[in-house]
Amino acid sequence: MEWLELARWSPYAVGFGIGLLSCLSFLLSDRPLGCSTAFARTSGMLEKLGRGAKVLDKPYYKKFAPTVDWEWMLVVGIVLGAFLSAQMSGQFHLAWTPSGWAAAFGDSLGVRWLAALCGGILMGVGARWAGGCTSGHGISGSLQLAVSGWLAAACFFIGGIVTAMVLFKVLAG
Amino acid sequence: MLSMLHQRKAAQLILGLAIGLCFGFLLQKGGATTYDVIIGQLLLTDFTVVKIMLSAVLTGMVGVHLLRSLGLAQLHPKPGSLGSSAVGGLIFGVGFGVLGYCPGTVAGAVGQGALDALFGGVAGILIGAGLFAAAYPKLQNTILSKGDFGELTLPQLLKVDPWVVVVPVALMIAGLLYLIEILGF
Repeated sequence: MEWLELARWSPYAVGFGIGLLSCLSFLLSDRPLGCSTAFARTSGMLEKLGRGAKVLDKPYYKKFAPTVDWEWMLVVGIVLGAFLSAQMSGQFHLAWTPSGWAAAFGDSLGVRWLAALCGGILMGVGARWAGGCTSGHGISGSLQLAVSGWLAAACFFIGGIVTAMVLFKVLAG
Repeated sequence: MLSMLHQRKAAQLILGLAIGLCFGFLLQKGGATTYDVIIGQLLLTDFTVVKIMLSAVLTGMVGVHLLRSLGLAQLHPKPGSLGSSAVGGLIFGVGFGVLGYCPGTVAGAVGQGALDALFGGVAGILIGAGLFAAAYPKLQNTILSKGDFGELTLPQLLKVDPWVVVVPVALMIAGLLYLIEILGF
C-alpha cells in the first residue's frame, strides 16, 4: 500500500476519483457534493448558542436549518480525510503562515491571520450570496451542466485571479 | 432500494462522513489543500487545481448523466440569477484570492495542520455566512432575484438532449487538459 504514503498523486487521478465520488453521492445519497451550506448551518448553530432559539426565526435559517446534516458530516469527513492523507505521507505539521504568503508578505502571524479572516468573511458572504462554492457550483454544478454552476465558477476564478494578481504583483511589489 | 437508502437518516449521515473522508483524502493527495498550490493557480503559475477540477467535472459529468439515463439518479441543478451567481461569485473570488483556500479545501487544510485555515479561514467563513444570513431578508427580493433563470441547465437552455451537450463539453475539457500539458503547465 505504498501509494497511500505518497506525498502527491497525479491531479488527473485525483480528479477522476472526485468525479467517481460525485457519481456515488448522486447514486447513494441523491445529492451533489457541496461544502458551503455546512458553514451556514454551523454559523446558525453558534448564533443559537449565544442568542437562543429566536435565531431559528431568521428567514435564512428557515431555509437552511442549523442542524447536522449530510453535508455537515461531509465537511467533517474532509478534515479527517486530509489529516489521514497528510499523516500517512508524513506531511502533517502545524503552521501559521504558508511559505508562498511568507515569501511575499513576511512571516508575521498577525498579518496572515487578519488577511485570512478578511478573506474568509468575503468568501462566507460570497458563497452564500452565490448559493454555493468551488465544490457545489464549480464541480457539482458544472458536471450537471447547470447554468448557475458555470457562471458562478467563472466568477470565482475571475475574482480570484484578479485579486491574487493585485496582491502578489502590485501590493507585494 | 436506492430511494429507501435515501430516506434513512442515520445511514445518510455516515455516508456523508465516508464520502467526505475520501474527498478530503483525495484533495490532500492532489495538493489542493495547500495554500501555495491554490495561489499558484490564481497566479496562473501552477495548474494543479484546474487539472483536478476539470478531470473531476469530465468524469462526474459522464458518470452522472449515465446514471440519469439508466434511471438510477436525478439531477439537482441549483437555481441561479445574475444578481446571485455572478455578483456572489465575484465576492467569493475576492475572498478566494485573499484567503487562498475555498470552503472545501479550507477544511482539508485544517486537517493537514494549517492554523491560518482554522483560525482565519474557517472563522471568517462562519462570520461571513452569519452576516449573509442577517442581510438575507433585504437581499432576497432585490439583488438576488435580478436576472433570475431558476434551475436551468445548458441542455434545457439549448432545448436539446443532455448528451448533445455532454459529448462536446467532454471533448472540449479533454482538449483543454491536453493543451495545458503540451504548453508545459
